[in-house]
Amino acid sequence: MLREITLSINGQARRLSFEDTASLLDVLRTELELKGARFGCGAGQCGACAVLVDGEDKASCQLEVGNLEGKAITTLEGIGTPERPHPLQTAFLDLQAGQCGYCLSGIIVGAKALLDRNPDPTRAEIAQALAWHLCRCGAHNRILAAVALAAERMRAEAGA
Amino acid sequence: MIPINLANNPRLDRWVGFETPGRVRVAVGKVEYGQGALTGLAMIAAEELDVAMDRLDVVTPQTDRSPDEGLTVGSMSIETSGAAIRQACAEARALFTARAAERLGCAGEDLDIVDGAFLRHGASAGLTYWDLAGEVDLAQAPTGGASWKSPDRHRLVGQSAPRLDLPGKVFGAAYLQDLSLPGMLHARVLRQPGPAATLRALDEAAIRHAAGGQAIEIIRDVQFVALLSESERAAAAAIGAAELSAQWDGARDLPPSVSEAVSLKAMEAVSYPAGDPPAEASNRRRHQAAYGRPYIAHGSMGPSCGVAQFKDGALTVWTHAQGVYPMRQLLARICGLAPEVITVIHAQGAGTYGHNGSDDAAVDAAVIAMRRPGPPIRVQWRREDEFGHEPLGTAMHIELAAELDAGGRLVDYTADIWSGSHTGGRGSALAQTALGLPPPPPMVPPTLPGGVRFSGGILNALPSYDIPARRYAEHLVSPGPVRTSSLRGLGGPVNTYAGECFIDELAEVAGQDPLAFRLGMISDPRARHVVERVAEMSGWSGRGAAGSGQGLGLAYCRYRDRGAYIAVAVALNVDTEVRLDHMWCAADCGQVINPDGVKNQLEGGMIMAASWTLKEQVRLAGRGVQSITWDDYPILRFDEIPPVDIDLVMAQSERSVGAGEVSLGPAMAAIGNAVAHALGARIRDLPFTRDKIAHALLAD
Repeated sequence: MLREITLSINGQARRLSFEDTASLLDVLRTELELKGARFGCGAGQCGACAVLVDGEDKASCQLEVGNLEGKAITTLEGIGTPERPHPLQTAFLDLQAGQCGYCLSGIIVGAKALLDRNPDPTRAEIAQALAWHLCRCGAHNRILAAVALAAERMRAEAGA
Repeated sequence: MIPINLANNPRLDRWVGFETPGRVRVAVGKVEYGQGALTGLAMIAAEELDVAMDRLDVVTPQTDRSPDEGLTVGSMSIETSGAAIRQACAEARALFTARAAERLGCAGEDLDIVDGAFLRHGASAGLTYWDLAGEVDLAQAPTGGASWKSPDRHRLVGQSAPRLDLPGKVFGAAYLQDLSLPGMLHARVLRQPGPAATLRALDEAAIRHAAGGQAIEIIRDVQFVALLSESERAAAAAIGAAELSAQWDGARDLPPSVSEAVSLKAMEAVSYPAGDPPAEASNRRRHQAAYGRPYIAHGSMGPSCGVAQFKDGALTVWTHAQGVYPMRQLLARICGLAPEVITVIHAQGAGTYGHNGSDDAAVDAAVIAMRRPGPPIRVQWRREDEFGHEPLGTAMHIELAAELDAGGRLVDYTADIWSGSHTGGRGSALAQTALGLPPPPPMVPPTLPGGVRFSGGILNALPSYDIPARRYAEHLVSPGPVRTSSLRGLGGPVNTYAGECFIDELAEVAGQDPLAFRLGMISDPRARHVVERVAEMSGWSGRGAAGSGQGLGLAYCRYRDRGAYIAVAVALNVDTEVRLDHMWCAADCGQVINPDGVKNQLEGGMIMAASWTLKEQVRLAGRGVQSITWDDYPILRFDEIPPVDIDLVMAQSERSVGAGEVSLGPAMAAIGNAVAHALGARIRDLPFTRDKIAHALLAD
């Protein structure tokens, strides 16, 4: 059954006609042309499709849009842009933290969720927060270091 | 001397051009999949031309716009493509310099180039490449005459440079999976459960019902079944219904035992012996052991995708496969078209680490497009398609035997290697089998310089030491129970795993320290350096007694006996499972183009190797692969990753050799040796799961 659904995505209200059971990932990619969230497994097991829902790191392939009205959804595109990069994105580039990059959208989203609740995480805390996100290229150490670097810069910025 | 890839594409303007003022067009035939190849090749071009990196426009590989450099495989991009682009740019530079000298009435030796502008005795000569572009014809063959810049004059090569492809990737830039074309139809393909399976019944009404009111087109041709819709959601729902309702005759029925590497030994095989004659009977100390690695999945993060459009007699295909020209040949054969009417365009996908489903997805799209001319057709594989139907990295079972003389010196070494094919899936596709098309002509096994038969299974068959008598035999099982094809390093990492663990066993038999035992067999100073360096980095001299639960292991190889020298050490601890504490690597890859890029590749290889060693095994049974989700096929996660230190030798006057595959074998073996040290008992069959650890401790 199609229904008018209003979602808050990257701070904007988006009115859509969709079935309640449609997955958020499908809606983001096909209807809204927001391709930052990637299709990786369709089962919530890899993290490539992660988005923030009220600040939490969630697999968008497992979320039905009918349950998301009134919640704040943030995708990679809402975190930063080439013109206004988020400190995480800058740190990932500064440390060359990535290879094929397919996992990075979800990992940057997951790291944002972590830093919003814990601005000074240890390496173990970052690893724990990202543990459900898979990376096949083996860029993990660089990613852990980039999240720590972004956190350090954000703390310096906040303290300044 | 003209590098082979340049000789095969013998026109300078295929590689380099100055058509746009201030810009340099650089075209190579290698593709980017996150390994940094294009950045390294661009650095070489910018170095040889003396232009700034940001002036380069690196052409996305596409048939007719790029030189044909075959496949992007074997850690060979920097070595082979690098030599070709370097020579092409050196020749272009020489032609421009000669023209500038003519215009200026001076000798070429008086001129230098800084960021594309000519200097005469250090002062601006008022000419640039672009001023002269109309007067220098690059549509000419290379002569082999121009010489390369000497390494001591390099200003880019050897300095870390950021990857060209990475900025887009942190902001959500497009992969092939994101390509959206006007009028595009979404397709899903019903896969045969085994190559002999025939479709007895398919409930088309159920398929249409599942699509929930969206129109579904069903294409059936022999055993090839595709479902098309304007809506990707509808196509996805339809394929689920098709799988439920399809009834197959002659489906594959594999016993679960074929999941184990040792099962290869009981299968029909062709044997290829090589090396010294068999050892004569002696009373020397003899030791033997058997090692195994099971089938491994490539595990790409992004399931494969292909897009194709057949319009006005021409086929255009977008693919993330490893080479655009080999893909065009494959498509020509399967689609019955002349290569000239096919355009293949590379678009980046997730890392593939070899031959995964990427070729198949592109062929799927093309086969459908040929039967549904007009709109672009997009085929998106699901996670279960990728795990379930990609060509696997083959299992290998390796039996090793060695003899030590009275002084404990290794004097005789024999490897018997049972392996499926590491390259057999090349040039074939699932759709071809489903359509009942004849298989590709059998590949003529290439020979290496010296007349040695090439096969993925024999790479690093023998450990990289001075051993007086040595031999190996490959026992090739082909076809095996499932389709197999190239996976990062082919048989090299597996042979190095087995051989380097066995060397530790022999050291123990000889009553020697594993490091000292190795150094006693290494005369090459570059090899000695990396082994000694990794021992120093890892604190080898403080290594404790075996069996404490804490382990330190190391391993070394020279990749493919002619490439990088690489040593890895691993510290770990074991209780019910293995936890990695630290990994170290010392590597000499010859002349380094982009040090940070090489380190990224070496470390990525070590982490992937750790994942293979500790966790990975494809489960086969019944119709095929049973491990079709990430829950069934776990890989190493963030909270299991050890810190990694890498010491990269900058051997800038040596030949550049690849780095992408070289660290996996030594990393696997160093883990194997560290686990044996921690347990005081050896596990030889990968992966090192809880069950295997418990078994090893009980058996001890």
